[in-house]
Amino acid sequence: MAMQAQEIEDLIRETFPDAQITITDLAGDGNHYAAEVIDAAFAGMNRVQQQRAVYAALKGKMDGPNGDLHALALTTKAPA
Amino acid sequence: MMDALADIADALRDLRASYIGSDDTRTPKVTQMTDVKTQIDETVKANDVVLYMKGSKTMPQCGFSSRVAGVLNFMGVEFTDVDVLADPDVRQGIKDYSDWPTVPQLYVKGEFVGGCDIITEMTLSGELDTLFEDNGVTYDKDAADKIREANG
Repeated sequence: MAMQAQEIEDLIRETFPDAQITITDLAGDGNHYAAEVIDAAFAGMNRVQQQRAVYAALKGKMDGPNGDLHALALTTKAPA
Repeated sequence: MMDALADIADALRDLRASYIGSDDTRTPKVTQMTDVKTQIDETVKANDVVLYMKGSKTMPQCGFSSRVAGVLNFMGVEFTDVDVLADPDVRQGIKDYSDWPTVPQLYVKGEFVGGCDIITEMTLSGELDTLFEDNGVTYDKDAADKIREANG
């Protein structure tokens, strides 16, 4: 049930076309990723709101014990 | 012999009751979901700091839960831990409640603060200190500083 880094980036990119997105495979198992998303849309949103928006972009890939993606460490911010 | 027969009769009655009970699951299920939401709402509002996690604060069952519980323990924060692995309805219910797909989830004074990444960031930036101070939650400032020194 693993996912490729590119798939994660593509899903996020659909919602945030102009974002700067960096995906890192933390464990090399296709299951534990870190994603950094920097997008102007995040200005004025708190972290919970920013990361909810990213989770929404992933369309349920993290849902439940059978989700494709077990762990995604998120860092979100607006461009400085 | 008669006792054994009576036992069997009891067992059959229980079995039948459980089948009858499972026939109509729709109404109870709806009630149950509402109950879980109410239960979560009451828990996060009745306790200043609540952590929904996998495992308990003394025996976390997941690295992410362990990290957040560890930070709170180290900072001497009194918090209520709820083990989502103990109840599948709560495990799903907490995600619906906060519209947040992962566990752990930290609540302060009824407000959802964040999961592991957010709590880690807030600990290192000092925002978590501010949040606790603003909400009258007692914590050990020196311990918080130590975490920041060790991860600076």
